Amino acid sequence: MQTIYFDKKPRLVATGTIAGPKECAGVVGKYVDKTLTDDMFGESTYEKAECKMLTYAIRQAIRNAEAKEEDVDMLISGDLLNQIISASFAARDFDFPFLGVYGACSTLSEGIALAAALINAGYYKKIVAATGSHFSSAERQYRYPLELGNTRPPQSQWTVTGAGGFFIADMGGCNSRLAVDCATFGKVVDFGITDVNNMGAAMAPAAADTILAHLKETGRGADYYDLIVTGDLGALGSRILKDLTWEKGVEIGKKHVDCGEIVYNVIEDEFQGGSGAGCSALVFGSYLFDRLKKRELNRVLLCATGALLSTVSSGQGESIPCICHAVAIENV
Amino acid sequence: MTGKNRQNYNKNYIAYVHSFDPPTQHFKNCFRAFLVGGLICCIGQCMREILEKAVGLYGDELSSAVSIMLILLGTLLTGFGVYDRIGRYAGAGSIVPITGFANSVASPAIEFKTEGLVYGLAAKMFIVAGPIIVYGVLAGTAVGIIYLFL
Repeated sequence: MQTIYFDKKPRLVATGTIAGPKECAGVVGKYVDKTLTDDMFGESTYEKAECKMLTYAIRQAIRNAEAKEEDVDMLISGDLLNQIISASFAARDFDFPFLGVYGACSTLSEGIALAAALINAGYYKKIVAATGSHFSSAERQYRYPLELGNTRPPQSQWTVTGAGGFFIADMGGCNSRLAVDCATFGKVVDFGITDVNNMGAAMAPAAADTILAHLKETGRGADYYDLIVTGDLGALGSRILKDLTWEKGVEIGKKHVDCGEIVYNVIEDEFQGGSGAGCSALVFGSYLFDRLKKRELNRVLLCATGALLSTVSSGQGESIPCICHAVAIENV
Repeated sequence: MTGKNRQNYNKNYIAYVHSFDPPTQHFKNCFRAFLVGGLICCIGQCMREILEKAVGLYGDELSSAVSIMLILLGTLLTGFGVYDRIGRYAGAGSIVPITGFANSVASPAIEFKTEGLVYGLAAKMFIVAGPIIVYGVLAGTAVGIIYLFL
């Protein structure tokens, strides 16, 4: 079994989000806590800016939950940079334990699932799960220098500059009606895609695998959920996901939304949409969380997808293994 | 699924993914590259005429002066954040001329400046241009040897 159920219904209390100017021009603009006008965030390097954004998101999530920093029991966080420096460096500003996790762009759902599991087991009462990414630091680590005059292939996506913090607490400690119901941990799936510019196609099989496993194990149909949200498959990846699930006799088309696909008003070279750990954290933490709070949505399956490659592995011609974790979040 | 089945399945999946590839717009790309590449060459030629008439340079000195000025132009446009936009529009039109080479050296220099002047800027300056230099010299040598025996 890949699915675990949280019988004590840990609550998703509040979120804190921050995003760059390009992201805020899109659908999330109205809902984020802070909009950056300058993607350096007043820092001297993009890495420092990413770390500061993550710190802000964590702090804002605690503030929005009307809790105090000394009440928080743990931080679970990760990001895209080598050795997850943004998360670790953000954690040194806080006086509570830190668990670093890495699931590439799937870090968000992995973090929420682990937090819910620790709370459900009764070990902790209040945990913040957070993740973020920055276009410029990701571009520099994974691709080319920013000012290099090359062209982007049409299958490529644009790493989201943004971060999101999620405050999760036990049922007694808050008045939130939003519960983490269950989580399905994904398997690593690799269909042999080697093109690093086509992440959507690489990750879609992992998303399909986890969604199908979740629906099968819980006995729920796709109709059970108001939305099945994937992280950053992009337009092309979403289409492939619909085909792959349809092939197995599950129709998710009407319920499916991809954070990467909706995050940008495509004006520059975003092509297939957004990507990165910050993509799902931003869209889910702002726009979708707001709709859940207002009860316009009641049951959401969040399936953030991650491509587990490095520049070394792709340089050596390895294909791209991918993963997807799903967490079900419901109004109770 | 393991072994041969897995391989076949992956092969089918990759073929299926490729069926979504948007067709390359050869004509449009070539036209843009021709336009911008041609413009850069025209600028170079103008510089050449001016230097020849006004300064009185000729031969090797003239070619070097023009190259140096184009490199300066490429580097300046990179620093101002314009060259990557030109590159996105023109593709090979702005990569192939010497200004593109200047861009490929200047852009990592700007990018890695934050990691220090020695191990950052200087060491990583050639991450894009390095292969061009290595294989350029190699190809030049090979052609030179062939030429020797002809």
